[in-house]
Amino acid sequence: MADASDSQSNPPVDPAPSGPDGERKLLRLPDLDRLIGLLRARGFRVIGPTVRDATIMLGDIESAAQLPSGWAERVEAGFYRVERRDDAACFAHRTSPESAKRHLFPPAQKLWRADGSEDHPQPVVEDRSTAPRLAFLGLHACDLAAIAVQDKVFMGGAYVDHVYATHRRGALIIAVQCTSSAPTCFCDSMGTGPHLDGGCDLGMTELIEGGEPVYVVHTGSEEGAQLLAGLAPPPASHAQVVAAEQLVAEAAAHQKRRMQTEGIKDLFYQNYENPRWEEVARRCLTCANCTMVCPTCFCANIEDGTDLSGRLAERRRRWDSCYTLDFSYIHGGSVRYSPMSRYRQWLTHKLATWIDQFGTSGCVGCGRCIVWCPVGIDLTEEVAALRMSARAS
Amino acid sequence: MASNAVADPLVSRPWRVKRRIREAHDTFTLEIESRAGESFPFTAGQFNMLHVHGVGEVPISISSNPAETALIRHTTREVGPVTKAMRKLDAGDTIGVRGPMGVGWPIEAIEGRDVVLVAGGIGLAPLRPALYRLIAEREKYGKIVLLYGTRSPQDILFKHELEHWRAQFDLEIHVTVDRAIGTWRGHVGVVTTLIARAPFDPLETVALVCGPEIMMRYTLMELGRRGVRESDMYLSMERNMKCGIGTCGHCQMGPFFVCRDGPVFNYAQIKWLLGKAEV
Ligand SMILES: Cc1cc2nc3c(=O)[nH]c(=O)nc-3n(C[C@H](O)[C@H](O)[C@H](O)COP(=O)(O)OP(=O)(O)OC[C@H]3O[C@@H](n4cnc5c(N)ncnc54)[C@H](O)[C@@H]3O)c2cc1C
Ligand code: SF4
Ligand code: SF4
Ligand code: FES
Repeated sequence: MADASDSQSNPPVDPAPSGPDGERKLLRLPDLDRLIGLLRARGFRVIGPTVRDATIMLGDIESAAQLPSGWAERVEAGFYRVERRDDAACFAHRTSPESAKRHLFPPAQKLWRADGSEDHPQPVVEDRSTAPRLAFLGLHACDLAAIAVQDKVFMGGAYVDHVYATHRRGALIIAVQCTSSAPTCFCDSMGTGPHLDGGCDLGMTELIEGGEPVYVVHTGSEEGAQLLAGLAPPPASHAQVVAAEQLVAEAAAHQKRRMQTEGIKDLFYQNYENPRWEEVARRCLTCANCTMVCPTCFCANIEDGTDLSGRLAERRRRWDSCYTLDFSYIHGGSVRYSPMSRYRQWLTHKLATWIDQFGTSGCVGCGRCIVWCPVGIDLTEEVAALRMSARAS
Repeated sequence: MASNAVADPLVSRPWRVKRRIREAHDTFTLEIESRAGESFPFTAGQFNMLHVHGVGEVPISISSNPAETALIRHTTREVGPVTKAMRKLDAGDTIGVRGPMGVGWPIEAIEGRDVVLVAGGIGLAPLRPALYRLIAEREKYGKIVLLYGTRSPQDILFKHELEHWRAQFDLEIHVTVDRAIGTWRGHVGVVTTLIARAPFDPLETVALVCGPEIMMRYTLMELGRRGVRESDMYLSMERNMKCGIGTCGHCQMGPFFVCRDGPVFNYAQIKWLLGKAEV
């Protein structure tokens, strides 16, 4: 992930992998319920997958009963359905339109207020000190990679973003390794998954035994270890540990889509004027779905407004998208007027300019943009086509 | 204001308008000072995000002398809602300030060189701090030439100051207008037409350019034709800016955040992007 231009595959399967505590533990569904209870007792807001609006979303959960046990997603480019699966797996979601971004970098944030009836209106900053700590349950490797990308955007530069940093620094992450991939996943070729490689407090792998889920758990931090100790779990068997890692390796091996990342920055920099952009622009609706579901997209608008009296001014930040005309508006007109230039901006940013800006690709291979694009535009296909077209010209 | 508010780069600091100066029918300068009495060091070519209570916030270059850090000035052309509201501010009113932001003109790095400044319209405002710097240490530079194009004689900004400078310092100033009216006996035509005859040694020259993007493109071409090296040309870019600190994404131009990596760029650094439409 550090350098997207040389994609790495996942590390080879270690038959007896060891976390910092040297041993993997075993949890069952009732233990997850206790875990959620423990977190809530410690004041955490627990955010996990749950079925809402016929979609597996990330939302507040109070018990394991709210997990999407027995539900799976059927997805393809431009297609998403939840459907029943024949076991009770809880973490089979891959392409939820929501990600941790919604909670670490909320879609609408109040920044400050100032009362204009005062002689010298003083900004009063939104108090975030009392916001509960967030505990994420069920994030995947690509989600953690996306958080690492946004860490660089919001906390890695000369300025630290206060909203993001507040949520992020308090966050606890219980991640899940993927034991199967969606047809839209390509994390393996981006070097971001499905194997968990740090970045979480606890890491779990879901196995199905007799139709019921069990979890092989490793710890990734001191806080994670303490939490796990509170559940007094038995060790996982050697066979369970091996089975878990085997499934993850198979998930990687079976991924259908791949992104060829070698030399990708130069490919984009040299192909601003490739005719392929016009071709994709004929299909793109500039609806901005891809930017909304993408777990790394960070563009935002800063809006100043007042209440009806015009007295109380408030500054808010709201997710924005490079697909809108307003986004690049300067007096006299928008810089990126054509839909072609806006699609080009998005993909070029994701896969090329992001590397210069933040030392990493802006894409973690989660496939959300492929699934949620109403016309099924697939960025892996676009990159392949751009390569073909570049070679031909 | 809580202490964390000061550190939050998205929170505007309340400043006081000291004076509003009319520059032209649509252009005004606000002289502002910190209510907290803070000194405000900045470099020529940097900008601030200025907030008008409840209306909005826009990027405006600092147009005053970098040697003066207590009172600073912004010269603004009224074009839309925020700049219109800004023009209504009077002495004593509050204006929100975030900044200074961005990378300015390379004043120290160009010591010993001839300097040609090319300004179009309001583009003179971000160049004025550079002129103050150059004049303050006049002996450190070779020829200094200002080529300034504006719409009509009434639109000439900082007229008295320009006349004063021309008289006091060894400074060549050539002004051209798009439309001559009244008693104007000066040059008529776009600013690029001044370049061919301006007195400077191309290989010794560093050019500082600010104006509408199209004007800058032709200016750079014309300077190139005169023999000025691309790596000796600097320009200040305008993009939509919402945060000013590289986190909102609006100002991107290729790999650059214009707010953070610019607004002043070396031409050689961004030439590959400038030639392309809608980047
Ligand atoms: C680095 C920089 C320095 C500048 N320096 C000066 C200067 O010294 N003097 C001067 O007169 N002008 C300057 N400008 C241009 C100035 O920012 C715009 O004229 C101003 O934003 C116009 O806003 P408006 O609401 O009055 O008008 P409109 O252009 O009609 O704006 C309508 C809407 O678009 C938004 N908008 C328009 N342009 C921008 C922008 N560039 N960034 C963010 N939002 C925008 C406004 O917030 C408003 O909501 C500078 C611009 C940049 C990027
Ligand atoms: S660009 Fe698409 S595949 Fe890549 S991280 Fe964003 S949503 Fe996922
Ligand atoms: S690529 Fe698809 S999701 Fe993205 S803006 Fe275009 S139509 Fe919408
Ligand atoms: S203005 Fe927000 S990134 Fe430059």
